[in-house]
Amino acid sequence: MMAKLTTTTTLAALLAFGLSGTALADIKIGATLSATGPAAFLGDPEAKTLEMLVKDLNAKGGINGEKVDLVSYDDGGDPNKARTFATRLVEDDEVVAIIGGTTTGTSMTIIPVAEDAEVPFISLAGAIEIIDPVRPFAFKTPHTDKMACAKIFENMKTRGFTRIGMISGSDGFGDSMRKQCLAIVGDYGIEVAADERYGPQDADMTPQLTNIKGTDGIQAVLNPGFGQGPAIVTRNYHQLAIDLPLYQSHGVASKGFIDLAGKDAAEGVRLPGTALLVGDLLPEGDPQKPVVDAYKAEFEKETGTPVSTFGGYAHDAFAILVDAIKRAGSDDPQAIRDAIEKTSGLVGTTGTVTMSPEDHLGLDLTAFRMLEIKDGGWTLVE
Amino acid sequence: MRLSTKSATLLVLALLIVATPFFFPSAYYYRVGALVFVNGIAVTGLVILTGYAGQISLGHAGFAGIGAYASALGPTHLSLPPSLSVLLGAALSALIAFLVGRPILRLKGYYLAVATLGFGILVSMVLANESGITGGPDGVQVAELGLRDLLASLGLKLKAPVFWYAFSGVVLLVGAWLALNLYDSPTGRALRALHGSEVAAKTVGVDVPRVTLQAFVISAVYASVAGSLLALQNRFVTPDIAGYMYSIELVTMAVFGGAGSVFGAIFGAGILTLLPQALTFLAEYEQLMLGLIMVLVMIFMREGLVPSALRLIRGRGA
Repeated sequence: MMAKLTTTTTLAALLAFGLSGTALADIKIGATLSATGPAAFLGDPEAKTLEMLVKDLNAKGGINGEKVDLVSYDDGGDPNKARTFATRLVEDDEVVAIIGGTTTGTSMTIIPVAEDAEVPFISLAGAIEIIDPVRPFAFKTPHTDKMACAKIFENMKTRGFTRIGMISGSDGFGDSMRKQCLAIVGDYGIEVAADERYGPQDADMTPQLTNIKGTDGIQAVLNPGFGQGPAIVTRNYHQLAIDLPLYQSHGVASKGFIDLAGKDAAEGVRLPGTALLVGDLLPEGDPQKPVVDAYKAEFEKETGTPVSTFGGYAHDAFAILVDAIKRAGSDDPQAIRDAIEKTSGLVGTTGTVTMSPEDHLGLDLTAFRMLEIKDGGWTLVE
Repeated sequence: MRLSTKSATLLVLALLIVATPFFFPSAYYYRVGALVFVNGIAVTGLVILTGYAGQISLGHAGFAGIGAYASALGPTHLSLPPSLSVLLGAALSALIAFLVGRPILRLKGYYLAVATLGFGILVSMVLANESGITGGPDGVQVAELGLRDLLASLGLKLKAPVFWYAFSGVVLLVGAWLALNLYDSPTGRALRALHGSEVAAKTVGVDVPRVTLQAFVISAVYASVAGSLLALQNRFVTPDIAGYMYSIELVTMAVFGGAGSVFGAIFGAGILTLLPQALTFLAEYEQLMLGLIMVLVMIFMREGLVPSALRLIRGRGA
């Protein structure tokens, strides 16, 4: 009896001590990423990035002196699993924020869980519907497809193109980007004279490209797509000797694309990419240069694999979250959410993030750099 | 008084559904429970098709996909309430199963398996490609069922996982009850006769094509309802739900627990839904473990876990 009483008092004392705020437990951050499965090429660098950053942060003393504890699950790209893991994170692991949702599908199933539990969620997926309409607890780091379209059309406009052809993949990415591009193309005084599609598994796009080649007055071609499709398009484009500028999307902004398409075929292809790809080309004094260089050096040392834009999304999400927790001065999810929304001038790998109650992405077009492939490498287009 | 298998199964199921929440440390466990029930519903349908009638289907996720997309698209395209959309999905699945089943069920064994596999893949391709209607590979949002808000307005506020645990639990009980009733009905007997020997069943006057088609249609409705429940609970659905991996998972659950017994199949659904959650640290080996379990069950317990275990308990004399 006596012993029990003592335990209760001790517990009560501990509780009171805890509530007084002097000794909080570790800050628990959750993640559900698609480290395996069809989206593994996105999720794997994201998972590795988070793990690396958390280790680093803790070695440097954590946030305001508190260690960060990362609980990470692999949803294999399955939205159903993502929802289960999100529920597990908020209900069982009791995390203060969730990073993740590698794909649009997984992100969209995590959102209702986060909204219900009032826990901030930072998605790493591209689709605009994650932040439009704005939901109080949903944020994201990658720029939207619409912004990529705008960047491309802006560049076309400066080169005086008014009539273009489009060849889009019918996978999720290509489909969504095609729609976004068609919605805004008119604003730039450009007309889409040919609109071709191809399946994600197709091995030859010569017929569609021949159609485009045969269409009168086309001045440039845009290929919204993902994975191997755009590489095949680029190769076929070269084989057909189509003598028009080819634009690719940010979805293939990686060294792998150049290798797949071949150095000769990829010569002169333009695409919008993030600063992360061209860290060494950035001029001294570019605000993103130190951030990009530091992440690239560390990631490549830690994992032995080259950095990708996708790992950069996770880097930025973590940076936004850590910054918000520091400013909030507490690990209360509501306070963190409010602080994330007030993020201002935070320099990440994808751009400079300034959020507001109406904008839960916080990037503008300067986040993108127009790149051109020359001699199998990237160059910046001014 | 001896309880019949039917009452015993229903009683044990109801007890499990009501009693396990007392041991739940957090709402997350309700979510996993709800997933077990949803898979249990689809697998109960497979008990009727595979366990009773002895036909195999590797395409039932296709029907789950139809049910899921019906509950997603009904409210947006036809302005139907979600509850009616679920029924519409079930009716649509039944109709498609009826039309597809007639030619497909003439095939036997591997041929039937491949044909159903093809059907499932076709459904997921249509869902992914008809992006104008279905939202494409990125998926589509699903409206709130509305029942939880109704309960909240009546003063009963439930967390989403808790509500879905209770709701899917009730649907599973009803589904199991119907399946068990079917077992003893003339149709059920005809199905079992045909499972035992098709030739013998024909000789005693069983209309084989008709009853197999019935079993196919009924099991499609079970899968469709499970798909609808999953979509309504997740509030978002992608074509993955109709993917062949899900079809194969369902068959694995049924065979693992015991395709001949409703309780066994639901038990199989439970184990195979819980395992990946318990073994998150082994996520990369998930498929490997599933394969290993299947092989072991097939070698040592050919009727599935529950029927084999019951036989052991009852002893060899019985």
